Amino acid sequence: MSGKGMNLTLKVWRQRSAQAPGGFVTYYAKNISPDMSFLEMLDTVNQDLALRGDDPIAFDHDCREGICGMCSLYINGRAHGPERATTTCQLHMRKFKDGDTITIEPWRAAPFPIVRDLVVDRSAFDRVIAAGGYVSVNVGNAPDGNAVPVPKPDAEKAMDAAACIGCGACVAACKNASAMLFVGAKVSQMALLPQGHPERRERVISMVRTMDEAGFGSCTNESECEAACPKEISVSNIARLNREYLLALLKD
Amino acid sequence: MNLDAKIPDGPIEKKWDNHRFQLKLVNPANKRKYTIVVVGTGLAGASAAASLAELGYNVISLCIQDSPRRAHSIAAQGGINAAKNYANDGDSVWRLFYDTVKGGDYRAREANVYRLAQVSTAIIDQCVAQGVPFAREYGGTLSNRSFGGAQVSRTFYARGQTGQQLLLGAYGSLMRQVSLGKVKLLPRREMLDLVLVDGHARGVVARNLTTGAMERYTGDAVVLCTGGYGNVFYLSTNANACNVTAAYRAHKRGALFANPCFTQIHPTCIPVTGDHQSKLTLMSESLRNDGRVWVPLKKGETRSAQDVPESDRDYYLERRYPSFGNLVPRDVASRAAKAICDEGRGVGSSGRAVYLDFSDAIKRLGAEAIREKYGNLFDMYERITDEDPYRRPMRIYPAVHYTMGGLWVDYDLMTTIPGLYCLGEANFSDHGANRLGASALMQGLADGYFILPYTIGGYLAKGGLAKVDTNHPAFADAERESTQRIEKMLSVKGKRTVEQIHRDLGMMLWDLCGMGRNKAGLEEALARIPKLREEFWANVTVTGTPGEFNQVIEKAGRVADYLEFAETMVLDALTRSESCGGHFREESQTPDGEALRDDANFSHASCWEFKGVGVPPALHKEPLTFEHVKPSQRSYK
Repeated sequence: MSGKGMNLTLKVWRQRSAQAPGGFVTYYAKNISPDMSFLEMLDTVNQDLALRGDDPIAFDHDCREGICGMCSLYINGRAHGPERATTTCQLHMRKFKDGDTITIEPWRAAPFPIVRDLVVDRSAFDRVIAAGGYVSVNVGNAPDGNAVPVPKPDAEKAMDAAACIGCGACVAACKNASAMLFVGAKVSQMALLPQGHPERRERVISMVRTMDEAGFGSCTNESECEAACPKEISVSNIARLNREYLLALLKD
Repeated sequence: MNLDAKIPDGPIEKKWDNHRFQLKLVNPANKRKYTIVVVGTGLAGASAAASLAELGYNVISLCIQDSPRRAHSIAAQGGINAAKNYANDGDSVWRLFYDTVKGGDYRAREANVYRLAQVSTAIIDQCVAQGVPFAREYGGTLSNRSFGGAQVSRTFYARGQTGQQLLLGAYGSLMRQVSLGKVKLLPRREMLDLVLVDGHARGVVARNLTTGAMERYTGDAVVLCTGGYGNVFYLSTNANACNVTAAYRAHKRGALFANPCFTQIHPTCIPVTGDHQSKLTLMSESLRNDGRVWVPLKKGETRSAQDVPESDRDYYLERRYPSFGNLVPRDVASRAAKAICDEGRGVGSSGRAVYLDFSDAIKRLGAEAIREKYGNLFDMYERITDEDPYRRPMRIYPAVHYTMGGLWVDYDLMTTIPGLYCLGEANFSDHGANRLGASALMQGLADGYFILPYTIGGYLAKGGLAKVDTNHPAFADAERESTQRIEKMLSVKGKRTVEQIHRDLGMMLWDLCGMGRNKAGLEEALARIPKLREEFWANVTVTGTPGEFNQVIEKAGRVADYLEFAETMVLDALTRSESCGGHFREESQTPDGEALRDDANFSHASCWEFKGVGVPPALHKEPLTFEHVKPSQRSYK
C-alpha cells in the first residue's frame, strides 16, 4: 500500500558456493509494503539487484503458503523469524517497523551444508526418511481402508506429528543441531497408528542410526525446536522417540 | 496424424479388466533389465516411481525441488474423492463417474473417467496402509465430507492438509525404494529436453540446479509427471517452481498438447492486495460447506460486513442455485463472483472480492467446532490479511489454480511419442473442461499407483528397443541446444527483468484469456504475445553464469517457454468458440449467463501439433463420444 512504505536495512549472508568464503552484505529495502510477505520483500531487493546487473540473493522458496517446507532463513537470530508457528513465506512485513535492521542468515548446521547464500542442502533429512520413515507396503497389498479401525484420538495425535513440513527449523534452532524433533515426529506418527506397528523396532533404530551418521547432535531438552517449529510439533514427540528407541533396544 | 486413444472394447465396466488381461506382461526376472526415467515427484510421479520400483524396474527419479517431498501436490488442502460409499448416501463407482463427466462439462473421455472412478477405492486403501492419518470418526472408521459439485460425502481428508499427507505417503514409498537401491533419486534437477532415438522417447537432458551442469539420463521409457502450467498467468495458487517447460519441450519434440485453454479458476482464494504480490493463496473449497457467499444487495455499499442487515445481503449462489447453493462446481462459483464484481457489487478496497461468511455456522455449531474443522485455514487467512475470520467474513476472489489441459495421452497414458508417458495434472484426460474438487489427488495417485505400472509393461514387453547410452548423438544434440539457449539468454544483457516480462504476460492473459474470453480479446492477445516474446529475447537481463546455482537462469528458461506456449493456449481458446466448463466464451452463454456448449461442433479434444516458434500449430481432433452420460446443459439449480 502506498504511503505506508517502510525502509529497512538488511544484513544478508552472501556465499557463492559451499567452498567459497561467505560474509554479510548490507542492502537497503525501500518502500516496503506491510502487506508483503518476507520473501516478497526479498523479491523486491532482488529486482533492484537484477536491474543493476548484480547477482540476486539466492534463497529457497516454492509454495509460499507455508506447507512445502522449502523456505528457511534465520531472521534476527530466529528460525523463520519472530512469529510463532509461521514459515518465512507466511511472515508478513507488518511484523517489522520502519527503520529496522534485519539480519538474514542461512540455517547453520553441519549436516546442512550451504549451497549458495541462504540456500542449504537438507538431503540428510531424506536419508533419515529413507532409513525407515514409512510402512513397507507394496501397492496392491492393502486391505479395505476401514478394515483396521484407528481410535480417533490416536489418529489426531498421529496427524499432529505428521504435520511436519521437513523445513529444518528445528535443527537450525538447536544449539546441538539435533534432528530429534524431525525424527520424533515421523517415528511418533508411525508408532501411533496400527499400520506402523510391524516395523516399529527396526524403524526407530535405523532412523536414529542414520540421524547420528548424518552428524545431527543429541537432544539436551532445551525445546528450542518446538518454539521454532512452524507447525508447532510438540517435544512430546521426542519423548516418544526416546521411549520407542529404548523399547526397541530392550527387545533386541 | 491418427489420434488413436486405444480405448478397449467391451462394456465400460469391463474395459479396464479386459485391457489388463490383454496387455503383455514383462517377466518378473526381466523387469530389472529395464530403466524408466520419471520426471517429477508429486502425487503422480512419486507414486509411479515407487510402484514401478516395487515391480522390479530400475527407476531414475528427477525433481526440481531440494527434496521429492516438496512437490506442489503438497499444497492441496481439501481432500480426495473415492467411491467407497462409506457414508451410505447412495454413492457408487457409477455416480462418481457420472459426476466427473458432468462436472467436466462433457469434454473428458468416458472410458478414462470410468477407470478413474473404479480405482479410486483402492487408492484410499493403499494410503491408509501407508499410515496416512486420515480424519476418523469416534468409532475409528474413516471420516467423509462433501465437496463442491457433489451431493454425496465421498471426500476423504486429513485436516486441511490432505495433499501433504498423501504426498508424504507416496514420498515414503519412494524413499523406501531409494534405500533398496531400485530408485536413483536426483533432486534439484530440471528437465530441459526430451531425447528421442528412432522416434522413441529414450531419455532426458536435465540441468543440475546446484552446479549448473547439464546431465543426460537414459532409459527405456520416460514418464512426465511435471504438473500444470497455471503460472503462465504469473499470479496463481501454484508454487513458484511449477512450470510448463518439461511438457512444452516434449511438445516441441512431437507430443501433441491437448485443450491448453482449459484452465481452472478456483473461486475461494485470498484477493490480490498489491503489485508486490508473488502468488495467490487458495482457501480450501471445503470452506464452502459451512461458509455462505454473499455481497451487499446495493452497489456502493459502505457499511462494514457486520453492519449490513440480512435484508440488504444477496446470497447470490443460494439464490441462483437453490439445490447446490454454495456447493456449485468451481467454474460456476468463479464466474458468478466475477459477474457480481463486474456489476459493481464487489467488496473490499479493490471491489474485486465477495464475502465468505461463517457467522451462521459459528452460531449453529460453535466457534470450537469451526476451529476444529478449518482452524489452520482460518489461521492462514488471518496471517495473510491481518483480519480475524471468526469475527469478520473472509473476503475471497477467484484465482488460477489448476490446468485441465496437458499433453494428449491415450488410454495407456502414452503421449503421441512412443515410450513417453504423461501422468497427473500434466496430462489432459480425465477432468474435461472443469475439474471437480478433490479429484486432482485422486487422478494423480490413480495414474501412478494403479494405471501406469500396468500399461508401461505392455509397451516394454513388445520389445525391440535397442540399448541406448548417453553418448548417442541425440543426447549431444539436445544438450547443445539447451546450453546454447541459456547462453543466448545471458548474452542479451537488456534492461527488463525476467519477473517483469513474466508479469506482463500473466496480466495480459488474465485480462484476455482468463475467466471471460471473447474473440476480440483473444485476437488482441495473439497479436501481443509475439511482441512480448521478441522483447524478452531483445531486452531481458539474466545475471550470473551458467555453471553455478543460478535461480535467474532457472526462471528465465521457464518464462521463455511460457512466451511460446501462451500463443497455443490463446489460439486454442479462440478456436473453441463454444463455452464449456472453465472455458467461458462470452459469445456463447445461456440467457441466464451459464456456459453454453456447442456439442455439434466441439465435442472433441483439441490437440495441437508444434510447427515452429511463431508458426501456428496444426490442430488435430479426438472426437469424444458419450454413450453412458448423455450430454445436457449442466444444471446446478
